[in-house]
Amino acid sequence: MIESAGMEPVLSVRNLHTRFHTEDGIVHAVGGVSFDLLPGKVLGIVGESGSGKSVTALSIMKLVVSPPGEVTADAITLEGEDILGIDEVRARRIRGSRIAMVFQDPMKSLNPVLTIGRQLTEALREHLGLSDRAARDRAIELLDRVGIPMARDRLGDYPHQFSGGMRQRVMIAIALSCNPSVLIADEATTALDVTIQAQIIDLVKRLTEDLGTAVIWISHDLGVVAGICDSVAVMYAGRIVESGPVRDLFHRPSHGYTLGLLGSTPRLDDDEERRLQPIDGLPPSLLDPVPLCPFLPRCRHAVGACREKPPAWRDVADVHGTRCWADLTPYWRATNG
Amino acid sequence: MSTPPLHIGAGDPSAPPAYRGGAFLACQQFMRNHAALAGFFILLLLGFAAVLAPWISPYDPTALKLSEKLLPPSFSHWMGTDYFGRDVMTRIVWGGRVSLSVAFLVVFYSLLVGVPIGLVSGFVGGRLDNALMRMMDAFLTFPPLLLAVAIVGLLGPDLENVVIALGIVQIPVFARIVRGSTLSAREEVYIVAARALGASAARVVFSGILRNIVSPIVVQITIVFAGAIIAEASLSFLGLGSQPPDPSWGRDLSEARRYMGDAPWLIIGPILACMLCVLSINFVGDGLRDSLDPRSWRAKTTGGSTPRVPEQVTP
Ligand SMILES: Nc1ncnc2c1ncn2[C@@H]1O[C@H](COP(=O)(O)OP(=O)(O)O)[C@@H](O)[C@H]1O
Ligand SMILES: [Mg+2]
Repeated sequence: MIESAGMEPVLSVRNLHTRFHTEDGIVHAVGGVSFDLLPGKVLGIVGESGSGKSVTALSIMKLVVSPPGEVTADAITLEGEDILGIDEVRARRIRGSRIAMVFQDPMKSLNPVLTIGRQLTEALREHLGLSDRAARDRAIELLDRVGIPMARDRLGDYPHQFSGGMRQRVMIAIALSCNPSVLIADEATTALDVTIQAQIIDLVKRLTEDLGTAVIWISHDLGVVAGICDSVAVMYAGRIVESGPVRDLFHRPSHGYTLGLLGSTPRLDDDEERRLQPIDGLPPSLLDPVPLCPFLPRCRHAVGACREKPPAWRDVADVHGTRCWADLTPYWRATNG
Repeated sequence: MSTPPLHIGAGDPSAPPAYRGGAFLACQQFMRNHAALAGFFILLLLGFAAVLAPWISPYDPTALKLSEKLLPPSFSHWMGTDYFGRDVMTRIVWGGRVSLSVAFLVVFYSLLVGVPIGLVSGFVGGRLDNALMRMMDAFLTFPPLLLAVAIVGLLGPDLENVVIALGIVQIPVFARIVRGSTLSAREEVYIVAARALGASAARVVFSGILRNIVSPIVVQITIVFAGAIIAEASLSFLGLGSQPPDPSWGRDLSEARRYMGDAPWLIIGPILACMLCVLSINFVGDGLRDSLDPRSWRAKTTGGSTPRVPEQVTP
């Protein structure tokens, strides 16, 4: 859906489905997600909570617990290698060394009973086979790079001795320690204060640019995504409903849901006339997906076709596509302010 | 693009790195707890006395010497003598040998069986978990002492049977603690986070989960240990534990009852020994619970060189 213009994608996902078999029935958490991530680029995935962003990430990482989870896809390729069918042993070798993930809550994602030095060097020894001494030196260098003052003195410290922002820096250091080609950041700044959030975004941007790491930045916050991403995929009810280059998508939103999201997000260049407009209603149940557009019950722009057939993917512009029948061009100027 | 070092706060950059292991910090924390420290030394003393009893006790704990029966405390008999002329002090030291080894074995066997059951139950889950836990529930419905009385009654009064009887009722206790900790540890974000960085499920079990359950297990060990000492004394008091003429706190106490009018000092020894022992264990247990959890270590434990660094100092 996001076409790779010439370049080989570093990560490519085709028709990813993830279901959870629960007592209430089958939860279709991800229903046919496809995208390409180009080397060194930042892809944003936005959507309300519950739209399947984390499950998409965990499915790619092969961390969905089965049962109850069940992951199927046409293909998932990492650096040209098919990783869909690999076993746990090989998946483990890939995780951390070629694809790494940072989670939302820095308070909980570090092991409270191990020193951060230990947690930093573990991956280095495991994946790169470094000696204790070399791993320690590299750990100090990494902490220094992510902006932890007095890095050498802090190797022996425990996570509780760090503040939330500092912990997230440590997590980023760990995630990037083996120089992976893909970093997935799942709501990595959501739990942090706004100022620290900006610092962390800045840090990730700088480091991944230096290292040439491609990033999947998952967030429910369009503002954050606008600041860091090259392209964006908007998720709703387990599906990508619109995707495209970040500027193009913000200027020419082509899905009722994207338009709604933009209308409910405050912007720096807001004039006083514009009022924030929340999206009414609730996301649909994922238990029995409707064949029609899942956003239909909440959509203000629905047309006749929306009630008759499921929306097909159509191109709006170069590498910008949507899954929406409605013509939203009249609103483009409106959202541009 | 490395950041220039920023030395903000109290840290002296030239100071040697405060790279100290968790064991060191845990010990440091433990030593600040004076009750726990006192308990530890009393236990150490009792333990040494018990182990070295054959060499340090001046009298034979079982030999009868009726000419010296029911002597009050004196220099040659610090705690007096009993109805058969045996030195009370000697018998308490030897009784401690019995009590402590029974308690030790109870802990050992219930750990040996309970911990693997809990780990398997928590980690595998599903039907196996269900079956194992229902079994443990069934064990737990027996009142422990009554079950012990029943087992000893069935197998005969003997210290080995006491160990079996007391150990069996502790298996579900350990199994449940370990299962609960395993389950909650499994759900921890940092376990998933560790796996997202390439840790194997097995490594996560052993380095992540096991480490996290060490603290509740150690605390439970002290509780079971103290409980076993009391239970052994109770069973022996009832005549179901160690048999005459072997020394035992519980049985000596029950014998002392009969001479309470003539020789009241006889009951003090066993009671005091039992109390001191159990109290010390409880203090040690409390101290361990606090010191084994890094989250409870105060910041100054690490030495003043690593203050919490404010957010704003970074680029
Ligand atoms: N283990 C699970 N069992 C059942 N349902 C799950 C499980 N994990 C996630 N889900 C469901 O999948 C949907 C998507 O969740 P998630 O990917 O976490 O959303 P988000 O976009 O907020 O990250 C949610 O409706 C959630 O209830
Ligand atoms: Mg999420």
